[in-house]
Amino acid sequence: MPSLNDYLVLSAILFSIGTAGVFIRRNVITILLSIEIMLNAVNLSFVAFGREQGTVDGQIIVFFVMTVAAAEAAVGLAIVIALFRQRESLNPDMFTSLKW
Amino acid sequence: MISFYVLATIAVLASLLVIAQRNPIYSVLLLIASFGALSGLYVLLDAPFVAVIQIIIYAGAIMVLFLFVVMLLNAPHEETEHDLRVHPLLRRGPMGFGVVLALVLIAELGLGLAAGSESALPARSISSVQAIGRSLFTEYALAFEVTSLLILVAMVGAVVLARREPR
Repeated sequence: MPSLNDYLVLSAILFSIGTAGVFIRRNVITILLSIEIMLNAVNLSFVAFGREQGTVDGQIIVFFVMTVAAAEAAVGLAIVIALFRQRESLNPDMFTSLKW
Repeated sequence: MISFYVLATIAVLASLLVIAQRNPIYSVLLLIASFGALSGLYVLLDAPFVAVIQIIIYAGAIMVLFLFVVMLLNAPHEETEHDLRVHPLLRRGPMGFGVVLALVLIAELGLGLAAGSESALPARSISSVQAIGRSLFTEYALAFEVTSLLILVAMVGAVVLARREPR
């Protein structure tokens, strides 16, 4: 029977992988995928904590996180499509109009 | 215990491969594998509702949306030849900072695991879909309604953003 610590360590590992992906990759779609990995890592720790407390609140928060993730994916991918139409590229280094 | 380690290994390996792939289509497919393993972990945690919506919403809806956009844009590979900057892995300052952050995380994990007692999960848990539904529509009713507003806003936003500019 795995303990709470096992789930939390797994969640930390997955979150680190997602963070590394956001910083290392230079493809907007892969960066969005890394954000999904991070959201899933957090979901796992929510469910594990809810299981440990013996309540359903953790699972309900996961439900809301998934809704927000769906909204984020829809808007983010719409932005990616608009950017690709403008610049013909998915490299975030190409999108520097807001930098100075 | 064995199934936990198998599923955890699949999840970690698939996630690592997601950020190691150069082709986004493979990344999306590997992420679906990772979500499948996480869904198995939710089953182990006595959360069948979350396991099912993980498959239906994440793997079924969000990842299909990603796959659709990747195939629509038809730009599978990262362009590395005409990059404006050095690759992030080759720059010294950010790499040093990242290594420091990783060491701090490992040290904190080690300290936490060494200090905290091994707390086993309680044997029984209330995680029936009935309990989740009752809590969702009574205690969290306002948040549930606000969520529908969020989805409406996201839908309108996606349509407006992806629309072709009228010339």
